[in-house]
Amino acid sequence: MSLRLEGIVLEVAGRPVVALPELTVPAGEVVTIMGPSGCGKSSLLACVSGSLDPAFTVRGRVLLDGRDLAGLAPERRGIGILFQDDLLFPHLSVGENLAFGLSPEVRGRAARRAAVERALEECGLAGFAGRDPATLSGGQRARVALMRTLLSRPRALLLDEPFGKLDAALRGQIRTFVFEHARDAGLPTLLVTHDPDDAAATGGPVVVIDGVSP
Amino acid sequence: MSAAHRLIPALTVAVIVGPVLVGLLGTVLPAFGVHPGLDGVGPGLDAWRDLMEAPGLATAVRLTVTTAFAATLLSLALAAGFCAAWHGSPWFARLRRLLPPLLAVPHAAFAIGFAFLVAPSGWLVRLVFPWGTGWTQPPDVALIQDPLGIALILALVCKEVPFLVLVIVAALGQTRADAMLAAARALGYGPVTAWLLVVLPPVYRQVRLPVLAVLAYSLSAVEPALLLAPTAPPPLTPLVLRWFADPDLALQFRAAAGAVLQLAIVAASIALWLAAERPVVAAGRWRIAAGRRGGPGRPVRLATGGAMTLAVAAVVGAMAVLAVWALAWTWRFPDALPDRWSTATLAAAWPELAVPAGHTLLVAGLATGLALVLAVGCLEGARRGRAAAPHRVLLMIHLPLLMPAVGFLFGVQVALVAGGLDGTLAAVVWVHLLYVLPYVFLTLADPWRSFDERYERTARGLGVGPLTVFVRVRLAMLLRPLLTAAAVGFAVSVGQYLPTLFAGGGRVATLTTEAMALAAGGDRRVVAVYAFAQGALPLVAFVLALAVPAVLHRNRKGMHAG
Repeated sequence: MSLRLEGIVLEVAGRPVVALPELTVPAGEVVTIMGPSGCGKSSLLACVSGSLDPAFTVRGRVLLDGRDLAGLAPERRGIGILFQDDLLFPHLSVGENLAFGLSPEVRGRAARRAAVERALEECGLAGFAGRDPATLSGGQRARVALMRTLLSRPRALLLDEPFGKLDAALRGQIRTFVFEHARDAGLPTLLVTHDPDDAAATGGPVVVIDGVSP
Repeated sequence: MSAAHRLIPALTVAVIVGPVLVGLLGTVLPAFGVHPGLDGVGPGLDAWRDLMEAPGLATAVRLTVTTAFAATLLSLALAAGFCAAWHGSPWFARLRRLLPPLLAVPHAAFAIGFAFLVAPSGWLVRLVFPWGTGWTQPPDVALIQDPLGIALILALVCKEVPFLVLVIVAALGQTRADAMLAAARALGYGPVTAWLLVVLPPVYRQVRLPVLAVLAYSLSAVEPALLLAPTAPPPLTPLVLRWFADPDLALQFRAAAGAVLQLAIVAASIALWLAAERPVVAAGRWRIAAGRRGGPGRPVRLATGGAMTLAVAAVVGAMAVLAVWALAWTWRFPDALPDRWSTATLAAAWPELAVPAGHTLLVAGLATGLALVLAVGCLEGARRGRAAAPHRVLLMIHLPLLMPAVGFLFGVQVALVAGGLDGTLAAVVWVHLLYVLPYVFLTLADPWRSFDERYERTARGLGVGPLTVFVRVRLAMLLRPLLTAAAVGFAVSVGQYLPTLFAGGGRVATLTTEAMALAAGGDRRVVAVYAFAQGALPLVAFVLALAVPAVLHRNRKGMHAG
């Protein structure tokens, strides 16, 4: 598995806004994109995940395992995302949030329930299936959000400043948790951040962009 | 101002809830044999016995319930399905701008126009069928007033879908819908499935009250039921109105009992709807547990896009056919257009039209003005009070939206007669206010609450007094929502039929009461003139509400956001 970005340039009304050098993210590795806020980092991730605002024109190609993703709907890409907010669905229980993520390839009620239970144990929240996500701590919510994404069996992972809202103590802990799981799952991972500590913690290459401001 | 902000919410609740309670009492008492104006038969159940034996009652009740549930379910399915399938597309944004004026078309004008479109001799048959059929006579089929009430259901759906789409859009803004949708799609869910599983549940919680209002309205609709529903027997509301209007005063008791039955049907239907939410939620949870992702949703897009286009076309077509008939001189079947056009009908109608048009404008202007003052007073009171209690009390002003009109207007009329107020302009304005105020309040509440308080603090920090800040900063910055609320209130008032009839005692004629009276069997051209005038007034109000701020703020980019 690998994620490859070939000469990506995002344009608005014919003017380039962001440009990214040729980039390959191998399986199990984390590549960091850094830059000040407003430089178009989030638009780059939206381009990879397929939810870019139609006002943008995209040059270049996004390849996942050698397949060009152009024109594919977000849900067909097999690319999981974690945002700064955990975005657990507030109307579902913790277990239902995980079941929502769990790949449809896991069939049968018992098998699906077991998969959800395993994921909860995996993130140290065994027995939390029936809980309201609103009653969880920030760290617990972040872990559930990662598990929900992993259960959907993505083939690459995007991290959009996912540690930005956590306090310093929790930050390192969740960071390690996320990176370890991404590595174990062999996912090519693209991290966008403006925090140098995040970049250092990946142990992988860092690409700095400053945006091509109009 | 400090006294006013405590007084106005209390006054508002009294002004709205008072007549509803008095009206309820004045309807329930006669249903049990007690009537202040008539020689009561004495307290007892005679009215109910009489009601139960009334011919056609069972059919009327069944028709009322089936058409209302069909219309509400169809409207909600279409509105939610359309939002699910078209979320984020440019068409969605375009349609949103088109909906408020569609919603402003009054029920009477729309129902009359709909009848002119769909009836066997209507425009659709004239436009579509002659080539295929060679008909020279209107077909002998019940295309309106059909025994199942299908024409009624379709007309209700056309008017209810725009309303539901607008309230769903308003709720979307408060539920982080875009972020949730992106998260679900990143987990592999198709757009429609993602919307239904992740966005709809929190949105539905926000729009439950409007949905129940749609159900209550469908159960007790008057104008579309009078014009489009079957007549032998009609649904319950027209049947009860028939008894109220009967010269035989003994029927007043049966009518009152019928009105109470109507109230019970609305209450029971709301309870049934709320109970039925549980199995739907359970099915949704079961679907989530199974984790199936759903496809790209193209069939849903096509179906909802097509149905929405038809609903919009029906409202636009209804207004268009009224305009054509108003300008027609001779229009033979099955010609697609009149063979002779003339403004003679307009010219002949004008002197008689001027009086009800004046009444309509006066009543709508007064009711809207009062509603704006009270709504602003309530919102300011709630904001400064910073307490939850007034909020909950204020919810009571929505009561008239959930109450069937015949259920309390009869009692209101009894009270007005007793107080010597019936047939006065003041009585009509007051009864209109019951319907205008909730809508003005609903329209104004969100912009008012989301106003950035820091503007006011900044202005006060500049040494300006509270009243000046209120007028020059808050009211001035909220000019656009204020005018939109005024247009909504104006449209609601122009559309009132039954309240005008009951409070006006037949002496305050408006375009609505005239159009409805003529529609029963008048010359199509004259009916069209009145109905078109009734339908056009709210549209003019909406154009003004858009144009005035656009002109005033033409050099103020910051006032055009949102």
